[in-house]
Amino acid sequence: MTELLRVNDLVTQFKTESGLVKAVDGLSYYIDEQEIIGLVGESGCGKSVSQLSVMQLINAPGEIVGGEVIFEGTNLLKYEANGPQMRSVRGAKIAMIFQEPMTSLNPVLTIGQQLTEMLVLHMKMNDEAARKRAIELMNLVGISGADRRIDDYPHHFSGGMRQRVMIAMGLSCNPKILIADEPTTALDVTTQAQLLEMMKDMVQRFRASLVIVTHNLGVVARYAQRIYIMYAGRIVESGTTKDIFGKPRHPYTIGLLKCIPRLDEEEGRKLVPIIGLPPNLINMPPTCAFLPRCSYKIEKCFKEPWPDLEPVHDNHFIRCYADTKEKASESTK
Amino acid sequence: MVEKATTIQEFVEAPPRVSEWRRFGRVFFQRKLVVFGLVVLSILIISAIFAPWLAPYDPYRGDLSDSLVQPSGKYLLGTDIQGRDTLSRLIYGSRTALLVGFVTTITATILGIVLGLVAGYFGGITNMVIMRAMDALMGFPMLLLALLIAAVLGSGIQNVIIALSVATLPGYARVMHGLTLSVRENDYVLAERAMGSSNMRTMVGHILPNTLPPMIVLVTLQLGSIILAEAGLSFLGIGIRPPGAAWGSMVNDGYRFLVTNPVLSFAPGLAIMLVVFAFNMVGDGLRDALDPRLRGIL
Amino acid sequence: MTTYIIRRLILGIFILIIVTLIVFFAMRLLPGDPLVIFMGQQASSGSMSAEQMESLRHEYGLDKPVMMQYFNWLGGLLRGNLGTSIYYHEDVGKLLANRFPITLHLGVLAFIIANVLGILLGLLAGIRRGTWIDTVSTTLANIGITIPVFWLGILMIYTLGLKLRWIIPFLGYTSPFDDFGMNTKQIIMPVICLAITGLAFTARQMRSAMLEVIRQDYIRTAWSKGLKERVIIIRHALKNSLIPVITLMGIGLGMVFGGAVLVETVFAIPGIGRLLVTSIFAQDYVVIQSGTLVIAFIIILSNLLVDISYGWLDPRIRYG
Repeated sequence: MTELLRVNDLVTQFKTESGLVKAVDGLSYYIDEQEIIGLVGESGCGKSVSQLSVMQLINAPGEIVGGEVIFEGTNLLKYEANGPQMRSVRGAKIAMIFQEPMTSLNPVLTIGQQLTEMLVLHMKMNDEAARKRAIELMNLVGISGADRRIDDYPHHFSGGMRQRVMIAMGLSCNPKILIADEPTTALDVTTQAQLLEMMKDMVQRFRASLVIVTHNLGVVARYAQRIYIMYAGRIVESGTTKDIFGKPRHPYTIGLLKCIPRLDEEEGRKLVPIIGLPPNLINMPPTCAFLPRCSYKIEKCFKEPWPDLEPVHDNHFIRCYADTKEKASESTK
Repeated sequence: MVEKATTIQEFVEAPPRVSEWRRFGRVFFQRKLVVFGLVVLSILIISAIFAPWLAPYDPYRGDLSDSLVQPSGKYLLGTDIQGRDTLSRLIYGSRTALLVGFVTTITATILGIVLGLVAGYFGGITNMVIMRAMDALMGFPMLLLALLIAAVLGSGIQNVIIALSVATLPGYARVMHGLTLSVRENDYVLAERAMGSSNMRTMVGHILPNTLPPMIVLVTLQLGSIILAEAGLSFLGIGIRPPGAAWGSMVNDGYRFLVTNPVLSFAPGLAIMLVVFAFNMVGDGLRDALDPRLRGIL
Repeated sequence: MTTYIIRRLILGIFILIIVTLIVFFAMRLLPGDPLVIFMGQQASSGSMSAEQMESLRHEYGLDKPVMMQYFNWLGGLLRGNLGTSIYYHEDVGKLLANRFPITLHLGVLAFIIANVLGILLGLLAGIRRGTWIDTVSTTLANIGITIPVFWLGILMIYTLGLKLRWIIPFLGYTSPFDDFGMNTKQIIMPVICLAITGLAFTARQMRSAMLEVIRQDYIRTAWSKGLKERVIIIRHALKNSLIPVITLMGIGLGMVFGGAVLVETVFAIPGIGRLLVTSIFAQDYVVIQSGTLVIAFIIILSNLLVDISYGWLDPRIRYG
């Protein structure tokens, strides 16, 4: 499988009243063609910011200050943020859909207008062809009566429907990568399931890769092939879905899994929350960011800076000093 | 069990809360223009209070032999046709401006608050009648409304105040009404009423305090408009007439002598502008310091 | 949409009726004999006998019950009879008809300039926040809302007219059909004065509306689609930011009328504003009454138009 996107040591920070917030602090990951990966982490861990950085959609007071985003051989960060090269990537090569379907569509433009403008821009279609294609796309994502509804306004659609429109928009120009930032968080559970299933089908049909950014491990369990666990602006564990769920090795991942109820668990097993609060990203100490909440910490963790990602297995990496192997296998029984 | 790592813990805790007043002060004094506004307002207030001591001459009676004198050592800003010292009239004019401004504001605010509160709280027909009346009044330009009321009532400072109060109170009533509506739906108000508080008590004790910050901002911003309107009325000769010292009428008097004595109309006009500017700047500063979210609304 | 328009229309008529009531009864509230008021100086100076006064009273219908007087007056209005001016001794309708186009000419020009320029300035300031464009535009806007309009007029007359002699003549008004060049020279300064307050308000509103809109999620979506900035501003941001600005345009029109009173006085322009002022001094209540009504009618009408355009701009209202 060829590599499509590689992010190396991405650093994005925000200037705030209280100090410099390093939302993304040395993030590295890759995406291959036609694969589905999950980027999982708590609110505030920097996962959304990281994806916005890839698209160079970060505005003041935020700033991308380091790293590379290699896509099709070029470092996207070298392009001017709103320049013609970056704009030709956005929507056409890498597309993004957002969390809030209620506010992500322009209320004064019809769905048709918002769909066709991309087709006209990137696919150089004329108005008639664009409109036909827009109706086709709406049908594909499961919006019935598309030929009538194309002239409706966003407020005529429910949240789930709007998200379908967003997905149609995202895939309309056959991008190589579709980034879905918390696509189902704002929707109810049944809609969530439908939407995810549809997204998987669409992405396969269009032969694109999908990045699902979420805080919900359950969402990625079914659909992602590889998962990245993110904490305080960095990846703390990465591996195949099977490895992450079956053999989690980073204390944070282990903690996350302990919070989730499972069908196959034994009776009487208690859900164990992770103690403590997400870290304040201002003035982070050089040591491991998870340290205050960690149950596996050793003396080395207090003295040394946060380690690099090290492999524990084939394609399975963690960022940890502690030996979690035995304890890990205990907790997943 | 987790050990508490003291050094790490410090970093994990949120930064210390800056006290609310210090933050207010910092934001408020941030912009130089706001500070400038405060300075101007202080000068205005000092002029108004200490006018008899600050003014070099009697503003109402002049020396006819010194009519239309150019700015000089004797008369810093010159004199008008009656020989009255412009500077003294300017200083005394601050009294008129402040008097009209504040009395109008107080009257309009009280009436506006009462109307808005009653309309918002009781709803139904009361609400409809009151708010429709306010809408109708608001459709009219302030100056025209004040002009017409003053036309019916006659000139003089009292009538100007009445006219301006009627012209400005709809604004307050509207804001108060909106705020009352949003506060009324709050649970704690419901709790109050469940406890048996009377309507009056609920309104005054609970709804009112929450609506104060936006009202304070609105008041400062409106003061500028009131002063401009008063100046306009005086300029037209319907407000305060000479020998009364009102900046607007001074501009009117000076207009006739524009070619020879431009200072006569320039000085009072500049005073009006500076004062209005000062009120607006301070109002902006207050709004930003109290709640920047109001920026779109007020 | 139709129900929306109809509701607004009914409201407008309702308000207009209330205004007629207020205007009518305000005049009746004045102390003294209404006949004296209506007859002006003549009657009070005692140059008329009691008989003459009684017959005049009957002629003016002042001896009938108040409510009937009101309906008579209302009826007269609807038939186009606006009364006779005490001061000018002319039919008020004719007086207004002569002066109205002049005020309209200045007012409409000022309104267009104020809003077009205001929107443009506000837009630029909003999308280039913090740059020199923003500073210039905000400063201009601040000056615009703080400067007394009549003083600006006098300043302009002094500098441009008297000292620099760039614009002569600057007082009075000649019909553009009679002498277009003269008319242009005469209206430049008054139109600028009339426009400045509205321009400032609109620019400020537009700026803050723009700032609000570009922070919205749907703008972020537009960027993520790879659109150019110009397209995003014009197609996505503009319509949304115009919504609050348009609602205030109604107030802007009112401001132009309010300013007209001052500007016409300074520049000696024979428009409705000046008529109103002179009538107030002359205590010509017939003119004041009818003039107020006409102005009220225009303002209510323009507010209605603004409301309707607001409905057109925001599809959420249009389709309910």
